Amino acid sequence: MAEMAMLIDVTRCTACRACQVACKEWNRLPGETTSFTGSYQNPPDLSATTWTLVQFREAADGEGLHWRFRKAQCMHCTDAICHAVCPNDAVTKYPEGNVVINQDRCQGCLRCVENCPFQVPHLNPATKKTAKCTGCVDRVMNGLPPACVKTCTSGALQYGSRARLLREARARRDKLFPRGVIYGEREMGGLHVLYLLPGPPARYGLPEGLAGGGALGAALQRMTRFALSGRG
Amino acid sequence: MTNHWIDIANSDAILIIGSNVAETHPIACKWIGKAQDRGAPVIHVDPRFTRTSAKADIHCALRPGTDIAFMGGLIRYAIEQNLISREYLAAYTNAPYLVHPKFAFTDGLFSGFNQATGRYDQATWTFQAGPDGQPLTDPTLQHPQSVFQHLKRHYARYTPEMVAAVTGIPKETFLKAAKAFCATGAPGKAGTILYAMGTTHHTVGSQNVRSHAVLQLLLGNIGIAGGGINALRGHANVQGSTDFGLLYGSLPGYLALPRQQDHPTLASYLEKETPKAGFWANKPKFFVSLLKAWWGDKAARENDFCYDYLPKASGDCSYLAMFEAMLARKLRGLIVIGQNPAVSGANLGMERKALGQLDWLVVRDLFPTETASFWSAPGVDPAAIKTEVFLLPASTYLEKEGSVTNSGRWIQWRYRVTEPLGAARSDGWFINNLVLRLKRLYVGSLQPKDRPILDLHWGYGEDRPDVDRIAREVNGYYWVDRKQVRNFTALKDDGSTACGNWIMSGFYFEENRAKSRKAEPEGIGANLGWGYAWPLNRRILYNRASARPNGDPWNPDRVVLRWDPAAAQWVGNDIPDFRADLAPTAPGGGNPFIMRADGKGALFSPLVEGPFPEHYEPFESPVRNLLSTVQRNPLVRLNPADWNRLGDATQFPIVATTYRLAEHHHATTRYLTWLVEMMPNMFVEMGRELAEEKGIKNGDVCTILSARGQIRAVACVTDRLKPFAINGRKIHQIGLPWHWGFVGISRGDSANLLTPHVGDANTQIPEFKAFLCDVRRGG
Repeated sequence: MAEMAMLIDVTRCTACRACQVACKEWNRLPGETTSFTGSYQNPPDLSATTWTLVQFREAADGEGLHWRFRKAQCMHCTDAICHAVCPNDAVTKYPEGNVVINQDRCQGCLRCVENCPFQVPHLNPATKKTAKCTGCVDRVMNGLPPACVKTCTSGALQYGSRARLLREARARRDKLFPRGVIYGEREMGGLHVLYLLPGPPARYGLPEGLAGGGALGAALQRMTRFALSGRG
Repeated sequence: MTNHWIDIANSDAILIIGSNVAETHPIACKWIGKAQDRGAPVIHVDPRFTRTSAKADIHCALRPGTDIAFMGGLIRYAIEQNLISREYLAAYTNAPYLVHPKFAFTDGLFSGFNQATGRYDQATWTFQAGPDGQPLTDPTLQHPQSVFQHLKRHYARYTPEMVAAVTGIPKETFLKAAKAFCATGAPGKAGTILYAMGTTHHTVGSQNVRSHAVLQLLLGNIGIAGGGINALRGHANVQGSTDFGLLYGSLPGYLALPRQQDHPTLASYLEKETPKAGFWANKPKFFVSLLKAWWGDKAARENDFCYDYLPKASGDCSYLAMFEAMLARKLRGLIVIGQNPAVSGANLGMERKALGQLDWLVVRDLFPTETASFWSAPGVDPAAIKTEVFLLPASTYLEKEGSVTNSGRWIQWRYRVTEPLGAARSDGWFINNLVLRLKRLYVGSLQPKDRPILDLHWGYGEDRPDVDRIAREVNGYYWVDRKQVRNFTALKDDGSTACGNWIMSGFYFEENRAKSRKAEPEGIGANLGWGYAWPLNRRILYNRASARPNGDPWNPDRVVLRWDPAAAQWVGNDIPDFRADLAPTAPGGGNPFIMRADGKGALFSPLVEGPFPEHYEPFESPVRNLLSTVQRNPLVRLNPADWNRLGDATQFPIVATTYRLAEHHHATTRYLTWLVEMMPNMFVEMGRELAEEKGIKNGDVCTILSARGQIRAVACVTDRLKPFAINGRKIHQIGLPWHWGFVGISRGDSANLLTPHVGDANTQIPEFKAFLCDVRRGG
């Protein structure tokens, strides 16, 4: 199988959050006990039982009010820090791009939690192991798209050859979003979750400066904590 | 919908008013997005900035209940800027007709209003006729008594300044929206209007929809690809349920429910309900075939095809009236299927009390609902309730087979994928068993009043009904040999045919075409081989109007139909919604609106309030009506009972509106952990200014009060709601999702404890979307 990726076209996302539910359904993750705290974003952050989440950000500028939605999840980095720092060899990188934490091998040392530049892995207090999105490795290896992609209502999510998705994203940006950004092409050596953003990544809570490769990214990450959990 | 979901992709401009489509019909955004990618502007008109507004190009924040002021402004703008489609108007609408010389409109009232009865004498709401009985016309549209000139004068008051003063939409924003949408008046351009219950849940709900029709006819947007007036129906099958007579005033196929006073006999029914011209002239064939489907061999010409068996309505049978009758113990038993009125009804304090006046209540649902549990509602003493409640477990959509009809009138078959769990049974099982058991109970009865049940033609098998047999009956068949009719043109009014729902007839002639799944690789998205759209698989209604009067398409790149002179046929991408061999120049060849007697689109068309939509304020409004001295819809009657008090703006100065969220379906999904985690609590949306005035912070618990009740909710303080600038005054708004109730794993107060029990003058749909309240911090 060629190198694969998911494209999240933010310009098409309506934040219906069917992806959040589909993820929990396929992966048999429990609903968390939450409360409404003033934002539609819920659960507030990714966790060991919430592997993907639509973030909501309100902002006003000269053009008016914006309500920006971004689906957050594991980016499945080429230079995956979780893979590099795991002392137990619990993280598997598949040629297709999936980065998966093997629950049998994870010892809950938290190194992946502490070093992920996107703050994705979380410790499951019940199992004392870390968990995150697998890229639906059990589906994609059997020819099915990830559960979130399968359920996406608006066409915001696509799964396929990384090269093709990059081509399509570029074409769409060039035609319709001249100020748009394709995020993930080079970040962390290349992500297997790509974003088409209509504006700068910071507006969507995505860290910049990760395009220098894994080692540099990891070093940067140790020095800086990024505020990633936009809410509003 | 006049058109259908996929067709939205053909639009050159999309006006979404009274719908939060991204949250309530998420998949529609796929098609909206395709139009947007081609450059079509999306205009969202909504009090709140929602997920739909976030994807729109222009957001117009209008004060709840001022839709007609906004639409009237667009109508005036289109006329003043000469953006209307004159050729279309003159050929296909009643714009050229000359109106009765005494017809008038003065200060909020049309001619003929009777102050004593509160009703109109509609004698002047008519057209001047020539010696041949046909309306007098002025094709130049210049005659001062022409419909067009009346329309122009009527909306002359709806200036951009007036729109801004009434709706609160800044003038510049309004003009931007008007320019973007009215550009579709150019021949070959298409604009669509998408609406839902933000439009209809008003005391002027019907006229709100009428205002869409007027604008779309002016712009030549009906009958074309990418155009139309498109009601986004709820759930998967709300269209199907109204097609089958769910509405209190209709039988299957939109045949009027007989009323005792007007229709004591079959002859009087057919006489009063059948127009002399237009396709509805065939109504007796559809009606008699329906009676034949219901009473079979017993239905004969000699006994008026058992017309006497049909229950006749008297008085107001609407939803609101039904609950008032319950409260007065005039209605003693109730079966509730697929509904949860103890959450979704209006003025719930009263409606829950009314349920307690019943002798018995049957609720069929997936979970125990608030309606089934009304006797344990907060503040209710179960010991004081005498109602006997039966809760029967229903099956989900995955556990039953049959058709659903989507908003675009597409009938699509669904299969059962698993058997219902435990004692759960499908609605079809329930109805079949109810009827079979009733029939057995009446066996041997000699009383005439029991004949309708004993004689009912009912043959769908025992236990779970045979849905194929039901589908065949819906299509219709010849009585003599039970062979399926080709479609409704074969139906007769002599008892030789039976048909369960004439509008669907044709979907199951040789095969059940609801099961057909052939996607269209190219074309305009009609997908004629996918499912079956009523009537007769036509995907765009009134599609004669997609072509110029001479038969050439307005838009050669988006052909719906064109006249092929060589073949002497209409050809193209859709099934003609008229006679396929009727030449453009033949008599009636330029009449797209086949269900109307004259075949013309009605700019001038009487509803009970008048032939043109006029703005009136909601029943509870913080301001005076700026357009006339008539404050409220003069045809609406409010039950003045104690439980239905109206609030005063001095005590309740804030405008409230109710809505749904993408994450919940009605009140049912508060049992599902995955959905509850996303939307766990009842909340109230408010702007920052209001929150500051009230000392409320994001996440605080608040109390919301109306003249009818009070509720608690968590504050969602947001920039997405702003106060309206109304005629120099600042009017605050709040928004309330109405999903919550007192059962389920996520519980909260119901927004409808606040809403009034008052409805639209034509349909009695309650005014859920605009009422007055106050908010304070703390619970």
